[in-house]
Amino acid sequence: MHPILLLVAQRLALGLLLIFAASILIFAGTSILPGDVAQSILGQSATPQALANLRAELGMDQPPVTRYFNWLGGVLQGDLGTALTNGRDIAESLSSRLGNTLFLAFWAAIIAVPLAIALGLIAVRYKDRWPDKVISAVTLTTISIPEFMIGYLLIFFLSIQLPQLIMSLEFLSDGVRGWLLANLRFSSVAMMNDSMSLVEKIKSITLPIMVLTLVVLAHMMRMTRAAILNVMQSAYIETAELKGLGMLRIIRTHAFPNAIAPIVNVVMLNLAYLVVGVVVIEVVFAYPGMGQYLVDHVSKRDVPVVQACGLIFATVYIGLNLVADIVSILTNPRLRHPK
Amino acid sequence: MTEPLLKVRGLRIGATIHPPGEKSRHIDIVHGVDFDLAPGRVLGLIGESGAGKSTIGLAAMAYGRGGVRITGGTVTLNGRDILSTPFRDVRRLRGGEVTYVSQSAAASFNPAKQIMEQVTEAAIFQGKFTRKEAEDRAIALFRKLGLPGPDTIGSRYPHQVSGGQLQRCMTALALCPQPDLVVFDEPTTALDVTTQIDVLAAIKEAIRDTGVAALYITHDLAVVAQVADDIMVLQQGRMVEMGTTDQIINAPKEDYTRALVSVRSITHDEKTPTQTPVLSVTDITARYSGTDFDVLKDITVDLHPGQTLAVVGESGSGKSTLARVITGLLPPSAGQITFAGRPLSPDLAARSKTDLRELQMIYQIADTAMNPRQTVGTIIGRPLEFYFGLRGAEKQRRIQELLDAIELGKGFQDRYPAELSGGQKQRVCIARALAAEPRLIICDEVTSALDPLVADGILKLLLSLQKSEDMAYLFITHDLATVRAIADSIAVMYQGRVLRYGPKSQALSPPFDDYTDLLLSSVPEMRLGWLEDVLDSRKMESGGN
Repeated sequence: MHPILLLVAQRLALGLLLIFAASILIFAGTSILPGDVAQSILGQSATPQALANLRAELGMDQPPVTRYFNWLGGVLQGDLGTALTNGRDIAESLSSRLGNTLFLAFWAAIIAVPLAIALGLIAVRYKDRWPDKVISAVTLTTISIPEFMIGYLLIFFLSIQLPQLIMSLEFLSDGVRGWLLANLRFSSVAMMNDSMSLVEKIKSITLPIMVLTLVVLAHMMRMTRAAILNVMQSAYIETAELKGLGMLRIIRTHAFPNAIAPIVNVVMLNLAYLVVGVVVIEVVFAYPGMGQYLVDHVSKRDVPVVQACGLIFATVYIGLNLVADIVSILTNPRLRHPK
Repeated sequence: MTEPLLKVRGLRIGATIHPPGEKSRHIDIVHGVDFDLAPGRVLGLIGESGAGKSTIGLAAMAYGRGGVRITGGTVTLNGRDILSTPFRDVRRLRGGEVTYVSQSAAASFNPAKQIMEQVTEAAIFQGKFTRKEAEDRAIALFRKLGLPGPDTIGSRYPHQVSGGQLQRCMTALALCPQPDLVVFDEPTTALDVTTQIDVLAAIKEAIRDTGVAALYITHDLAVVAQVADDIMVLQQGRMVEMGTTDQIINAPKEDYTRALVSVRSITHDEKTPTQTPVLSVTDITARYSGTDFDVLKDITVDLHPGQTLAVVGESGSGKSTLARVITGLLPPSAGQITFAGRPLSPDLAARSKTDLRELQMIYQIADTAMNPRQTVGTIIGRPLEFYFGLRGAEKQRRIQELLDAIELGKGFQDRYPAELSGGQKQRVCIARALAAEPRLIICDEVTSALDPLVADGILKLLLSLQKSEDMAYLFITHDLATVRAIADSIAVMYQGRVLRYGPKSQALSPPFDDYTDLLLSSVPEMRLGWLEDVLDSRKMESGGN
């Protein structure tokens, strides 16, 4: 067997093992949460008999190990259980939420990743000159501001101030003004429903996409810059310079292929953040994604929902890091072309 | 007289350096150098590190490495002053009219690209040849340079060919665009002697057949004598002497050149073995974990008190692994080691403090063997505290003694490693080993990274310390000249085995086994025509068989 297949298979097996370990942690973590689910469903005035009945019904009287394997068995068959608070099937309520979260993450990534890498390449090309400094300063500023703050700032300037500014531009004809108002409308509430067309959906989430882009840009840009600058110290870059090649060509064809592994790693970390770390943004823009769903049910002590969300987040996180690992293996010429 | 291809006048080169904790300042590297190079001639640039050879070579391409700036003078290539040419035109010249072969081909090839793509890149990019033409040229060059499978080797990746082969590929890379001038920067220095001779012959033949002019940069006078028509000797950025190769080798005018020619003047009388060896290595076999072959196979050698055992071999022969086994870093899978009459535990953790103290080691790269944030006094003082519990005035007195022993003065105690020269750093490492008052010091290629004259000084110091302190040395090296200079007995290693072992006078006299013969005959000699003589005699032998 090609050694690279073996390595990839090893990584996949390790990933599965990690997800399994994460499921144990999630289950154990939610089991030791203070408070009693039966109590919180039935309220303070419930009789001890009613509480015991409910516990038996929920399977809470069984030992934790049994409960864990019952839960895991269900998960493996696609059954995430039912929410305690409203009795609905979790898998069903989650799927549309997860879809929304992935939709937002996808469009943020489509913009942020190429932009970050391009900015990183430009920063290398103009290292220590003004374009490099401007790029670093701007991205570091946006990453330093808390993301809810960026969200509110964008709402303030783009949703509120911009229409007023357009209205006050008296030299514009009514037609132009109307067109501008209609097309430069940034909704401060990211609504989402099935009847909307793709364009309408994207328009609706323009502001959250902008915020997320600004938040993840700096990490990826700086890692791209650092990884390529590191490669630029290599003797083979000097060889390329002494062939008379231009700087951009050297960066593109000689440096970038050798810097892919660290860049992919940080890109995947940020993609994972776009999926599991958007709770705050979803709340700011009232976006119906996973984060909000999770926060709602944590406050209601709806343990099965918290477990299901935790498991999905863990799987996404581990999965994306696994992809980064595998890409690193695949881009290593020594592994791809063994002696 | 024809117009020279390359004309250098009053070349001055400087650099801005940024010493840690100090203001950056400007230093001069090359102080006004003049020379001419006619088409098709080979000029050898020779000197020790810091002489400015590589810097001058790169200046012929209007290139400065790192913070290096060309500050004055003219460099005229093909009648055009390339220092005042706009950068866009300089780029057209690099990789076209003038190309470069670096010391480490392994680092100079992009690991992510196939060899063919890299060899032909400049020729295609500069518009000299079409892809098809360039690839045909590359294959012809691979064949001329004696590479195996010239039609297919281009589709390999750099890590898939050996170091010697890659160095030939680098030569093909430089010759592919049909340049007028090639700058060879120590192209064989990183290779084993047995590989160096083949690469050297291939380079020499390629230069002759293509009629290209070359600047050949090296610190090894014996090597440059084989390929250069003329030689320029440089010292600290100034020309010492320039003349034909014959004149420089056989009738040097300047003292410095004479010192370079006559280096390795040490004579050492072989000592007879005593009754009981200080170190006995018996039937040692070792392998690295996770591998399935033995790096060392049945090694048996003895080392007698106050004597030097030289372990010779090329890279990969297992000499450094032997040192790791003796020091306990790699427990062997079979065999015993006896040290000072007692069995030595295979595992480092199980050794007594006396074992640790009496067995010291000095490394090849003194730079990485010292903590850059400790002063020389702290570095030497540490073993004094650790092994002997010395403190205060007594420790200071001992540090001073040790500094005197390594011929460094009082002022060195408060210096940091970065403030020392290469030779001084290695001396501090010797003092650190000496501080433990050892019976045996393992010296792993301790002079390989040093200039010949500096290395000579280190070897003399080691020999005089051996006499006064009665220490034994296990001296690992690939350099046969060093072996001749200092060894009492010799072990020749090849592929994990000891091929030949005995007192120096026996080991270095015929009859030889094939490998030792190859090794000895590959060491460059400082005379004209040596390369041809060796190759002719080898051809005759193989023809006679």
